[in-house]
Amino acid sequence: MEITKLSAREMRKKLIDKEISSKEIIEAHIKKIDEVDGDINAFITLTREEALKQADEIDRKIKDGESIGSLAGIPIGIKDNIVTRNIKTTCGSKILENFIPPYDAAVIEKIKGKDGIILGKTNMDEFAMGSSTETSYFGSTKNPIDLERVPGGSSGGSAAAVKAGEVALSLGSETGGSVREPASFCGLVGIKPTYGLVSRYGVIPMANSLDQVGVFGRDVADAALMLSGIAGYDIKDSTSMKVEDTDYLTKLAEDIKGMRIGLPKEYFNIDMDKRVKEEVLKAVKVFEKLGGEVEEISLPYAEYGLPTYYIIATSEISSNLARFDGIRYGYRSKDYSSLDEIYINTRSEGFGEEVKRRIMLGTYALSSGYHDAYYKKAQRVRTLIKKDFDEAFKKYDIILSPTVPTLPFKLGEKIEDPLAMYMSDLMTVSVNLAGICALSMPCGMVEGLPVGLQIIGDRFKEMNILKAAYAFEREGESNGI
Amino acid sequence: MPLKGKVNQMAYKTIIGLEIHTELMTKTKMFCGCTNAFGGEANTHCCPVCIGLPGTLPVLNKQGVEFGIKAGIAFNCDIATKTKMDRKNYFYPDLVKGFQISQDDIPLCDGGYVEIELEEGTKKVHLRRIHIEEDTGKSTHTEDGDTLLDYNRSGVPLIEIVTEPEMNTPEEARLFLEKLRATLKYIEVSDCKMEEGSLRCDVNINVVDTETGAKTKISELKNLNSFRAAVKAMEYEEKRHIALLKEGKNTIKETRRWDEVKNETISMRQKGEVSDYRYFPESDIATIEIEEEWIEEIRRSLPELPHDKKERFMKEYDLPEYDAGVLTQSKEVSLFFEETIKHCNDSKLVSNWIMGDVLRRLKDEELEIEDLKFGPKDLSDLISLVKEGKINNNTGKKVLKEMFDTGKNPETIVKEQGLIQISDEGELKEIIEKILSENEQSIIDYKNGKDRALGFIVGQTMKATKGKANPQIVNKMVVDMINER
Repeated sequence: MEITKLSAREMRKKLIDKEISSKEIIEAHIKKIDEVDGDINAFITLTREEALKQADEIDRKIKDGESIGSLAGIPIGIKDNIVTRNIKTTCGSKILENFIPPYDAAVIEKIKGKDGIILGKTNMDEFAMGSSTETSYFGSTKNPIDLERVPGGSSGGSAAAVKAGEVALSLGSETGGSVREPASFCGLVGIKPTYGLVSRYGVIPMANSLDQVGVFGRDVADAALMLSGIAGYDIKDSTSMKVEDTDYLTKLAEDIKGMRIGLPKEYFNIDMDKRVKEEVLKAVKVFEKLGGEVEEISLPYAEYGLPTYYIIATSEISSNLARFDGIRYGYRSKDYSSLDEIYINTRSEGFGEEVKRRIMLGTYALSSGYHDAYYKKAQRVRTLIKKDFDEAFKKYDIILSPTVPTLPFKLGEKIEDPLAMYMSDLMTVSVNLAGICALSMPCGMVEGLPVGLQIIGDRFKEMNILKAAYAFEREGESNGI
Repeated sequence: MPLKGKVNQMAYKTIIGLEIHTELMTKTKMFCGCTNAFGGEANTHCCPVCIGLPGTLPVLNKQGVEFGIKAGIAFNCDIATKTKMDRKNYFYPDLVKGFQISQDDIPLCDGGYVEIELEEGTKKVHLRRIHIEEDTGKSTHTEDGDTLLDYNRSGVPLIEIVTEPEMNTPEEARLFLEKLRATLKYIEVSDCKMEEGSLRCDVNINVVDTETGAKTKISELKNLNSFRAAVKAMEYEEKRHIALLKEGKNTIKETRRWDEVKNETISMRQKGEVSDYRYFPESDIATIEIEEEWIEEIRRSLPELPHDKKERFMKEYDLPEYDAGVLTQSKEVSLFFEETIKHCNDSKLVSNWIMGDVLRRLKDEELEIEDLKFGPKDLSDLISLVKEGKINNNTGKKVLKEMFDTGKNPETIVKEQGLIQISDEGELKEIIEKILSENEQSIIDYKNGKDRALGFIVGQTMKATKGKANPQIVNKMVVDMINER
């Protein structure tokens, strides 16, 4: 039995059945990390000692017959923009290279409360800005499927770590596709929950009206387990909502016969890799076979998703990243002789190119004289995009599309061309703008590379997309995919 | 052309608008659970939220909104039923997030006015808006050029009150500020202590030549640490603007700092480049919806406002308008008055004592009525002693002085110092007899019609009794006794 290949659910079951100990699980994963992470570079910080200590505590609980939490003993990777008390949290940036937060994010408290074991902090595009994890100050992460290719981004470290068996589950974060795109590129299940389902308290913001913590698992049920572990209202996040049922596991196997499925023509009739489209259309056939009622639909404002996203996101970025000024924490330039120079030199030296590009774009979009033409207009279009989905979900339960229009690309292929890179988010950003939920799951392979299927659901209808995903996954398994 | 100078003087019209920041006396800060107490060792009233650590989120303090609404109601504003918070973006070391959470296009309170009493009648000074926001930390610049930062104040709830430019003299602005402060203290939303920074005032001022229409550019005055400083700064600016207009010159749009030592305003920065705060909505805080019912509930909970109290004082205590106005200027003074009245049912007499000796002394020493060492009961005891003729008025003033210094009860003071008024005619007769016999010339003078001589005899008698004699009785006795001679 290779422990690192087990699902999170299997690990927990074997733990309860006393087939393996928590310590063995953690040691196996540490060993795996030692073997592969030199190549993959999924982690920025490892927390071996803490994890082993926690594993001992869980083993003691089991020995003493105490109850254990739903994530007990499961090794989990945390994207490095989620703050962890006394553990360095860098956001993949030089400016926070040595930042050690004095508090835990709400999701970290939840994981700890459910006996999950944090094994380390994962690599990411700097401040979550990127689609390839190449903008990290701590070097690129490689795709475990093909080390010459990117794992996607910005949560590339979290995706690669789960794919490579370095952890069983991980947390990422989404602003415009940063969980779904790497899930697609690494052949994983990645969920971007509804805005407000998971507390953002302690998640270092990129664009706070779009950000949401997401999860990775190697199969649908694992991802659902992780999501159940972190969902729920938090008084410290005014945008979090009181949702009654956050148990996404028990109803997973319900049948999806009669489920109404929309295929937005705007997401299929664009310039994309034909092989990706073919694989997704094959998947659609499977849903029909499973009893889904598939129809073509229209999301007329879909084509404005990307420009709208880049105006709103950069505007919020320009404000959210203002606090990194070298005054209270984080990097401070050594070279200054005035207050303005502290600001200018600290931020010029501490931020990478993509971050600076977006801060400048956002500052421009919010400037007086341009504010109405850009920011205000983008907000209006955002409302229209949201209405598109509202209309669609009156008739349909889920919407299917490719997650990314391309296969995983090679390292260095797009990093010099920001616009090409931004195109990776073409089919994911609208979900964030509308605040609804979506996931990506593998639906086929092209030349040994995974293709991601995106399943989109209405606000707080995570159960719909998970049921559909689970049914599709089981159908695939029975067909040997 | 004898009138020329006067006409010219009249031709200049000063235009003053104010921006007042007031810290609200909520239990906790605007967006976190930290205490809102003033002071404390530097950086001890802080948490990850109010020092803006990455990842933290603001949670709106309902009491902060409530206090804002209270102020809005007290100043006759329209209260928004739907509003939001916005981000005001700028860099400064005391601003922890690189933006201040404030309100931009939809303030909590819109419009409104404050009435001030001028010689020519009541004037309404209109407000543009009142909005809620958070305070910043505090920078202290040391002599060796370091800047020390204290974030205890960071995140303290504030309201910003903006007036229309409708005040035309520094005196009007002072009256406005007095009234504003009194009202905010009445409704208990702020302690308005300028020395602790819980009330801060910026002035926008310029001057128009009403004959030519020429206008000076607006100066924004800062660092006004007291109403007195604000008035002096406005007076200085008024003169400076007029002098420039007379020379056919103009001011520049700039921010000027009041220098208390030099007694002048000094240019801080020119406003050639308008700062762009890039306001946009703070989406971490949901839209604020305020139910009409809540507004009504707050309205009902408000205490009596100065204006209403003044009317009531005039009616209930039969006081002249002027007295009622002075006594209701501050909540504490009005309370002191009403407490005193409870023990000593002579409103005009109480009013005279408070308006006269008590308030004068407080003003001289720059103290508030709360700082008195004695209470309303002590004052009523003093007034009773005078009223009942146990001590005379002058002795009463002496006793009050002693009360100010020691806080002792007036009866104790009177007893300890043997100040009981001599009203015993037998005792007085002996003394007066002696004085008359020593001053025969005065008697002759008086009989010859020199009234001053009477005053002299009475004065000598008072002196002989160390001021304890009842002056009315002495006066009558002296006249009688001279006539008997």
